[in-house]
Order: sequence, then structure tokens, then C-alpha cells
Amino acid sequence: MRVICRCEDIDEEEVLRAIREGYTDLESLKRHLRIGIGPCQGRTCMPLLIRILARETGRRPEEIAPTTFRPPVKPIPLGVLADRPGESENAGRAGDAEGDADHGTEDEPEGGGGR
Amino acid sequence: MKDRYHVVIIGGGVSGCGLAYTLSTMGITDVLVLEKRYLNAGATGRCGGGIRQQWSTRENIRLAMESVKRFEVLAEELEYEIEYEQGGYLILNYTEEEDEQSRKNVALQNSMGLDSRYISPEEAREIVPALNTSDILGATFCPTDGHANPFWVTEGYARAARRAGVEILTGIEATGFRTGDGRIEEVETTRGPVKADYVVNAAGAWSATLAARAGVELPNRPYRHEILATEVYRHFLDPMVISFSKGIYFSQTKRGEIVGGIGDPNEPSGFNMKGSLNFLHRMAREITHIIPSFRNLNVVRQWAGLYDVTPDARPILGAVPELDNFIQMNGYSGHGFMISPMCARLTAEIIAYGRTKTMSIDTLTVDRFRRGDLEMEANVVG
Ligand SMILES: Cc1cc2nc3c(=O)[nH]c(=O)nc-3n(C[C@H](O)[C@H](O)[C@H](O)COP(=O)(O)OP(=O)(O)OC[C@H]3O[C@@H](n4cnc5c(N)ncnc54)[C@H](O)[C@@H]3O)c2cc1C
Ligand code: FES
Ligand code: FES
Repeated sequence: MRVICRCEDIDEEEVLRAIREGYTDLESLKRHLRIGIGPCQGRTCMPLLIRILARETGRRPEEIAPTTFRPPVKPIPLGVLADRPGESENAGRAGDAEGDADHGTEDEPEGGGGR
Repeated sequence: MKDRYHVVIIGGGVSGCGLAYTLSTMGITDVLVLEKRYLNAGATGRCGGGIRQQWSTRENIRLAMESVKRFEVLAEELEYEIEYEQGGYLILNYTEEEDEQSRKNVALQNSMGLDSRYISPEEAREIVPALNTSDILGATFCPTDGHANPFWVTEGYARAARRAGVEILTGIEATGFRTGDGRIEEVETTRGPVKADYVVNAAGAWSATLAARAGVELPNRPYRHEILATEVYRHFLDPMVISFSKGIYFSQTKRGEIVGGIGDPNEPSGFNMKGSLNFLHRMAREITHIIPSFRNLNVVRQWAGLYDVTPDARPILGAVPELDNFIQMNGYSGHGFMISPMCARLTAEIIAYGRTKTMSIDTLTVDRFRRGDLEMEANVVG
């Protein structure tokens, strides 16, 4: 069976089962399966997941991948963050260090939402 | 979706799904839950998951203690893993004022049967060996406090409620109400109108906006709160650690991440849910001060959610005087997850029996703001 999320060890069968159970958007799949929240923060698995979800639900990948899908944040040690001087509010976020654009919209909050 | 239900619940967070489940256990299943986005899209899916009984007012202590009794059996009852752990809450005192208040709180808590206690900095370090005790005056600890996974709790409720016949629909928004005769007759939704005997406002930070559509004014206001998670580490931290004066809290989830947040006193009210760099720095500075060895932990995610804050930091339950079938279940002010089982119970009792049986909610209805008799909850974090 094909592994979709290497970090969290989730294979295609598990993804398909979840989709059949009614988890048909990225947010709920992410929370239900914990796919895409490993050390690589979905860099590896999100593109695959989007393709499977598109195929299974007959949608186009662009319809599924919301503008809100946050590019992964690079792990940053708390010590490094603590030493950096305080910046002004909303100056950016962890991912911005890699030049990630802000994909958030007003309605759909950044970070896609939670745990 | 049918065109009428006994109960229409607006909001698919822990409040709405918890109520739907609780009603179903009382035999009431002609229930519809409406969620405008997806389950857990609101504060519940963004929450720290902390479950604390160490409060300063009677109502909150009672609500939390009764809720803990529920959390203890919930996984088994729902047949769903909720990652519940009772590692305690360690509350650190940095100011004379909070040190003194904490002794009063413990006295009140003990008189109500809670196993909390005042401890010295050295005793605190026995609980969390890596703790920096240089500027701690004292602490309190309650071993039966803990944390659970809010997403899974809600998911478990929703599944059990659906099994019992409750309808839970996502992607449908309540847009307005048709009222008459001192009650709500119909809820208008993006899928057309639906009639209801009872309408429950469990819309979290959106509850005041929603109530306004029925002509009801609630004092709740939304405030952003930010939170972060580290990579997964082997279990090393038992309790949730918090400080009221710093507004910080953090714990290690059953999965192994450190999850925690810090409030910002300058945060304006609003629906902004963006993460900020400013938060990362402040959080990193405070958390590494409290536990210096945390400097080596890697942050991998940050996000934000909305607190639904009332003027006295206590929830709003029960009907509103102007519409007697419009039941409020909101205003949780940043601690709605931990008291949700009891709030669901009380709200279900109102619907089943016309009044609460387990405890009085006279001091928690919206009337209190109109009467102006408020008792402030002091033990608010973040
Ligand atoms: C960062 C953070 C950390 C927290 N930490 C803790 C903690 O450690 N312990 C604790 O006990 N609490 C904590 N809280 C608070 C807790 O998350 C909330 O009090 C609780 O989850 C509220 O649940 P709810 O179901 O009432 O609201 P929500 O979870 O916000 O659910 C309301 C739902 O209603 C939906 N909705 C809104 N309007 C409409 C409409 N018109 N039609 C249909 N649906 C609608 C929304 O989409 C949303 O899903 C925290 C909150 C935040 C933001
Ligand atoms: S492969 Fe899925 S989070 Fe890394
Ligand atoms: S697959 Fe290796 S870090 Fe995600």
C-alpha cells in the first residue's frame, strides 16, 4: 500500500477510508488522520492528498486546495525565537523566513485552523 | 434537512455537538446542528485543551468539577479516544497579589471538595524538575486537573449523536430569524428556513453577531488568542503549567507536542485570526524563562482562534427574556472547553424540563449584565 504521509505514517487505504466516512475537505482530513502535521508539515503529503481527494470527489485540485493552505513552517528553536528582538504586530510569521507568501484570506484564517 | 425540528443548535463546536449528544442521551433526538463551515472550525479546533478546576468563583469551580467527572468517563461512553490525561495544573505565582489571591482560591476550592493545594517553589520543582523557581513566590497544584484533545471530544460527541439519530450538517449558515409572540419561530439558513421549538446559540465568537440578527443584544466580544505547537517529544511534562500575571499556559499533549499560548493585553476586539511574529517572540521569551531547557524545543506550527469574552469572564447560559425559546450557550471567555460537559448538561435540562435541575444558573443568564450584578472571575489566563 502506498504511503501518503511519511511523517505520520498514513497510507492511501487510510486516506480513502476517511474520505468514504465523509472527511472530504483538507481541514477535517488533517484533523481526523493527523496527516500533514509531521515534521515536514505537509510538504511531502499535501500535494498527494489533494490529488487523491480531487480524484475521489470529482473536483479539481484548485477547488480543494484552498487559498488558505499554509506553506509549511520550518522548525525553529524556541531559544532562537526568544533571542530575536520583538517585532511589530503582524510583521509576519514563522514561515515567512522562507519567503512564503501570505495565503490567508479574511474569512479563512491563516494556519488553516488549529491543532 | 427537514423543515422543522424540536431543537435547532447553531454552531458545530464542542458546545453544539456536546449538547446534541447530551440531548440524545435524554431521548431527545429530533435535533439539528448547523455548522457554517466544518466541525471544529471555531475556537474548539484551535483550543489548548486544558481542563482546570482551580477557579476563583463558585460557579466556575462547580462547572469545572462536574465537567471533570464527565471527562473521566467520556471516552468509554462515546467509544472514542479523547486523549484525556489528568496530569494536574500547576499555577505559578509571580506577584504578591496573585500569591495572596491563590491562597483564598484554594480555601474556597477546598471548601467545595476540590483537591487543590498551595505549594512552595521547591514543591513545584518536584512536579516540574526543569522549572526556573528564581522568581516564583509560590504555586498551587490540583492533581485532577488535566487536558484532552478538543477536536476528538467534539468528533466523538458528533459521532455518538449521529448514531442516535441527530442530524449534524456542515456548510450551512444560520443567517437570520423569524420571530413572533416572544419567541423564535423559524431559523433562516443558507439552505432555506427551518422551524424549531428551541433554538440554541452555540456560535462561539460569532454568538453576539448571531443574536443581533434576532434583535437580542449580548455583551460578548471576540478577541484573538494565539497558540503554538512544537515537534513531538517523548513524554516529560505531566501538568499544564500556567501563570495568570504572565497570561501564559502550556502542556504536553498525549501525542508529545508542547502546545501553549500567551495572551496579549493590547489585543483589540475583532475577528482577526492571523498568526503574528510578535506572538512567537513573546511566547518564546516567557516560556524559556519559565523552563530554560525549552530553548532547544522546535516550534513547528502556530495558529490563532477567538475567545468569546463577556464582561465578567463567565459564560452566558439559558433563555433570553425577550425570546423565551432562544437559549444561549456562549460567552465562554477562553475556557469553554473545560466546562462544556456541564454546560451541555444544564442546557439539555432546560430543553427537557424547562429549567435546570443539577444547579441553578441564575447568576449565569444574560440578565445579570442588565441588572448590573457582576462577580468577576479572577482566574483567567491569556
Ligand atoms: C487559542 C485558544 C486556546 C484555548 N485554550 C483553552 C483551554 O486550554 N481550555 C479551555 O477550556 N478552553 C480554551 N479555549 C476556549 C475554548 O476553545 C472555547 O471556549 C470553546 O471551544 C468554545 O466552544 P464552542 O463550541 O462554544 O464555540 P466554537 O468552537 O467557536 O464553535 C462555534 C461554531 O459556530 C459556527 N458558527 C458561527 N456562526 C454560525 C452561523 N451563523 N451558522 C452556523 N454556524 C455558525 C462556527 O463556525 C464555529 O464552528 C481556547 C481558545 C483559544 C482560541
Ligand atoms: S509527510 Fe505528511 S506531514 Fe510530513
Ligand atoms: S517526509 Fe520526511 S520530513 Fe516529512
